Amino acid sequence: MAQDDHSGAELTAADSSHAAHESDASPGTALIVQDAFANPGFPPHRPRVTDEDPKREKRAQRTVYTLFYLSALGSLWAVAAYMLFPMESNNVGDVRLNNLFIGLGATLALLALGIGIVHWGKAVMVDVELVDERHEVGGSPETQAAAAKVFADADRESGFTRRAVIRNSLIGALVVFPLPAVVLFRGFAPQDELPVPLLSHTMWRKGTRLALDPSGVAIKASDVTIGSAFHVIPEGLAELEHGKLEEKAKAAVLLMRLDPSELNQLPERESWSYDGIVAYSKICTHVGCPVALYEQHTHHLLCPCHQSQFDVANHCEVIFGPAKRPLPQLPIAIDDEGYLIAQSDFTEPVGPSFWERH
Amino acid sequence: MNRQKRRTGRRHPLATVALLAIGLIFTGGAYAALSAGTTAQAETDLTSQQTIDEGKKLFQANCATCHGLSGEGTGTGPSLVGVGAASVDFQVGTGRMPMQMQGPQAQVKPVQFTDEQILQLAAFVASLGPGPSIPPAHLVDGGGDAANGAELFRINCAMCHNVAGAGGALTEGKFAPALTETSGVHIYEAMVTGPQNMPVFSDMNISPEDKRDIITYLKYVQDNRSPGGFELGSLGPVAEGLFIWIFGLGAIVAITVWITAKSN
Amino acid sequence: MSTASPTTGTQKRSFTTAAAVYVNERTSVAGFIKELGRKAFPDHWSFLLGEVALFSFVVILISGTFLTFFFQASMAEVHYDGSYVPLKGVEMSVAMASTLDISFDIRGGLFVRQMHHWAALLFVAAIGLHMLRIYFTGAFRKPREFNWVIGFTLFILAMAEGFTGYSLPDDLLSGNGLRIIDGLIKGIPLVGTWISFLLFGGEFPGTQIVGRLYSLHIMLLPALVIAFIALHLVFVVVHKHTQYAGPGKTQQNAVGPPVLPVYAAKAGGFFFIIFGVIALIASLFTINPIWNYGPYDPSPVSAGTQPDWYIGFADGALRLIPPGWEFVWLDRTWSFNILVPLIAIGIFIVLVLLYPFIEAWITGDKREHHIADRPRNAPTRTAIGAAGVTFYAGLWAAASSDILATHFSLTMEGVIHALQAVVILGPFVAFFIAKRVCIALQKKDREIVLHGFESGRIVRLPGGEFIEVHEQLDEYDRWRLVSFETYEPLMIRPNARGKITVGQRFRASLSRWFFEDRIAPVTKGEIESGHGGHH
Repeated sequence: MAQDDHSGAELTAADSSHAAHESDASPGTALIVQDAFANPGFPPHRPRVTDEDPKREKRAQRTVYTLFYLSALGSLWAVAAYMLFPMESNNVGDVRLNNLFIGLGATLALLALGIGIVHWGKAVMVDVELVDERHEVGGSPETQAAAAKVFADADRESGFTRRAVIRNSLIGALVVFPLPAVVLFRGFAPQDELPVPLLSHTMWRKGTRLALDPSGVAIKASDVTIGSAFHVIPEGLAELEHGKLEEKAKAAVLLMRLDPSELNQLPERESWSYDGIVAYSKICTHVGCPVALYEQHTHHLLCPCHQSQFDVANHCEVIFGPAKRPLPQLPIAIDDEGYLIAQSDFTEPVGPSFWERH
Repeated sequence: MNRQKRRTGRRHPLATVALLAIGLIFTGGAYAALSAGTTAQAETDLTSQQTIDEGKKLFQANCATCHGLSGEGTGTGPSLVGVGAASVDFQVGTGRMPMQMQGPQAQVKPVQFTDEQILQLAAFVASLGPGPSIPPAHLVDGGGDAANGAELFRINCAMCHNVAGAGGALTEGKFAPALTETSGVHIYEAMVTGPQNMPVFSDMNISPEDKRDIITYLKYVQDNRSPGGFELGSLGPVAEGLFIWIFGLGAIVAITVWITAKSN
Repeated sequence: MSTASPTTGTQKRSFTTAAAVYVNERTSVAGFIKELGRKAFPDHWSFLLGEVALFSFVVILISGTFLTFFFQASMAEVHYDGSYVPLKGVEMSVAMASTLDISFDIRGGLFVRQMHHWAALLFVAAIGLHMLRIYFTGAFRKPREFNWVIGFTLFILAMAEGFTGYSLPDDLLSGNGLRIIDGLIKGIPLVGTWISFLLFGGEFPGTQIVGRLYSLHIMLLPALVIAFIALHLVFVVVHKHTQYAGPGKTQQNAVGPPVLPVYAAKAGGFFFIIFGVIALIASLFTINPIWNYGPYDPSPVSAGTQPDWYIGFADGALRLIPPGWEFVWLDRTWSFNILVPLIAIGIFIVLVLLYPFIEAWITGDKREHHIADRPRNAPTRTAIGAAGVTFYAGLWAAASSDILATHFSLTMEGVIHALQAVVILGPFVAFFIAKRVCIALQKKDREIVLHGFESGRIVRLPGGEFIEVHEQLDEYDRWRLVSFETYEPLMIRPNARGKITVGQRFRASLSRWFFEDRIAPVTKGEIESGHGGHH
């Protein structure tokens, strides 16, 4: 034990290797107990049953090679299963069988092999414990001195310390040298775009009809019954050729109809709803998950990712969870044909907060 | 010699593994066979006066305490005027009604009435005012387009019920139930009536054909076990993580103990 | 097997001998074998946990290579036309479609995919358990501090590997995971918006992210992991493995079976066993059923959307923040609901990373330590570890707050409030309990050494009194219980200029705290004087 390091005489019981080195490193606040027990040395070797009973040893050997044969059998079975369990039938059950039987074959092959090898090592190979001597990791003082001399010679020959101007200019150049690589990273996003304007606008425009997700069928106000929740995208989004997901990631809206008497609207937003129908961004103001778990009686909206809760009856203010801002409201109205339309884009950026948002 | 060899083999942990595997396969097969049950629709005329009268009697005996003698509602139960036959068939047919006690939401319990009695109750409530009716068999047969149904399910339902229909949590102790055992009729009725806190999905939101597709998808999930093996409750990464820590790493630690134990 | 000892002269040699000589004359391998082949490798089950991590990583490499032959990291939109009926005709990215093809249209593909994912979960879990073993036995002490840092870096790299892999199929679950990452990054002051913009190649989700994560996942990160593993193992060889205290074992020796053949057989066999266990799990248990999740679409989300377990603590930290921690100040948004978890986790990670150096500073112990401590014999360290584990576990559990709520019929609000308490108060409680338990166990050890163990034999004394005979330990068993170190707190001493610095005072108070309530091992004198009177 450690205290032996410093009272070397007590080590004799342990083994013969203790004399290899004597550390003079600080023991810190460790107490060197003079009266400590001495290491009793190795206990007597206990033979295994396979060392004493030749029958048992034979049996262990048989177990080992049986396992190896079994392993080969497992491998062959996996190959056979590959052929015996086709899965080209569009039937999930066949995939299940294919997975199961190839897998079990491979399992048998691997486990039998592994258990066999370990058993060989444990029960059949000679049971011997060796004792290795440890040396200080830092090496002998001679080695350390030799290494220090190599550095000193190299320094003298190169003038690294002496020729300060050369050295410092080298360090300066090395510091500047990665900068072009850093600049190249600007190319990770389109050169002609900036993030903040993109984050501040969505596809919604004055007059854009509210349409069903995913079909893109426009919604009439009369179709929205009390207690229902519609998952909404802007009309035209479903037909977009490019950037569909990017637009959807900002423009997704949840449309709900409440009993107007239960709806507590901000005075300046009274014209933003239509007869108890309200539309809110579906993108959480926390980190952006779709908030769509709508409870029709409590009027609570829940985000399944981090459990922020928004109260639809109270302009979607946060009532629980890590989000801070209410979900942005989409001002809606109806057009001549009775379809729900947006009065404008959202009046604030949707989704998670970002640094430049204010 | 041969005999002895086999005996040593049987002692091996492999035997357990093999047994386990066989057991698992059989359980899986039996489960698949059992889950093929269907809901039978009794042939009862919901509009006949006799059915309505029978329903009224049942209603007054079992439901009126909370919902009022003629379903007008009381302080403890809502009015049932206009909720429709679908609502009754869902609430009573899944055992949610009659409720045993007030709680965050009505719980599924063993069904208290026979199919015929449920239809009689439904007929009575339907007679109180127009509301959603029990869907016809062709809409709940699971013969629609599973791919369309799956997409609609993900958009409209998965946030509460989980993509595999395993259910999920709502606020204040409420939850969206698992749909792994729910019949097509009940799924349809839930969509049109919006039980508990579930929103209503009217025919203008999700058309009857689309509802049929959703049911088709759910039936597909119910009828087809996962191709990858046991689903671990379809709960996603939480179940997977627990499994690897407890069973995966647990088994491996047991093996490490065996490897380093002195051989006997 | 014939032995490969090189023979001199021209007498006939076996083929293996000839081959060995041929190879050695071109590689100098004999030197390595002579040096390493008969090294003693201490044997204990807990010393195999690192191997579990290593071997599962090998399984990951093998299965992952197979997957790269089929997976296509493109976000171009296609209509799926593979075998899985409920997705037929659905628009999705090529990445998702190729992952579905691996699952449904390539025989054995699903098996390999599931092995890859299960092995990844096991890899990170095994690293975690391995780290706990190192920590609680003090195996990070000099000379192994760097190896702790390397190992912990591997843990972080493994999490990065896991997260990038989780995101590759471009399914609904991983897409929402990326959306959370995007929201998280945007909350970072000053640079967040731009980092997100550059990472996703424009607006979220863009068409770049899967390809970029793929490059990280199959090139950069594995290269780093392999390099760090190599370094880690080189240090294991340089330091030689630690061993538990035991008769005959000292700081100057390493005792165990030789590397060749017994250790090699056990480790080699263990590799196949790990591979086999992963194969068994992969053939019986579904993992990440992307066919249920469907392709990524920013509008839907599934209940129970969680990251894989090793990212759970970060997700949980986000969930535990109370409402309202976000402000507009100086015309800029300060998202403390994101910053606080990031900073808390950052501090936690740095503390874990630097722990060996912190403890070395507190104890001032500059000696090499090759004997692993029993956790009870370092009560404060064990208690700190218990506090850290509790903190981590609280965050981790929070990531499943919704599932805890549904499965234990609780309210999710209640679960979150309870876990907020666990994360803040739990570590203190755990520290206290763990320390008391350690000290109680040490006292029990002392008791056994001093008075022996209860033999179960009841004897009636002449006076009528019944006693249970206590038997003394033999010297080997006693050595296990008495061979540990005891420390006293650091004394404040003036430095060379006769001053007591603030740093000194701080260090001394930490030292007092670290070593208070310590129990010293039984000494020879105690057993001679204490033993006689009892019986």
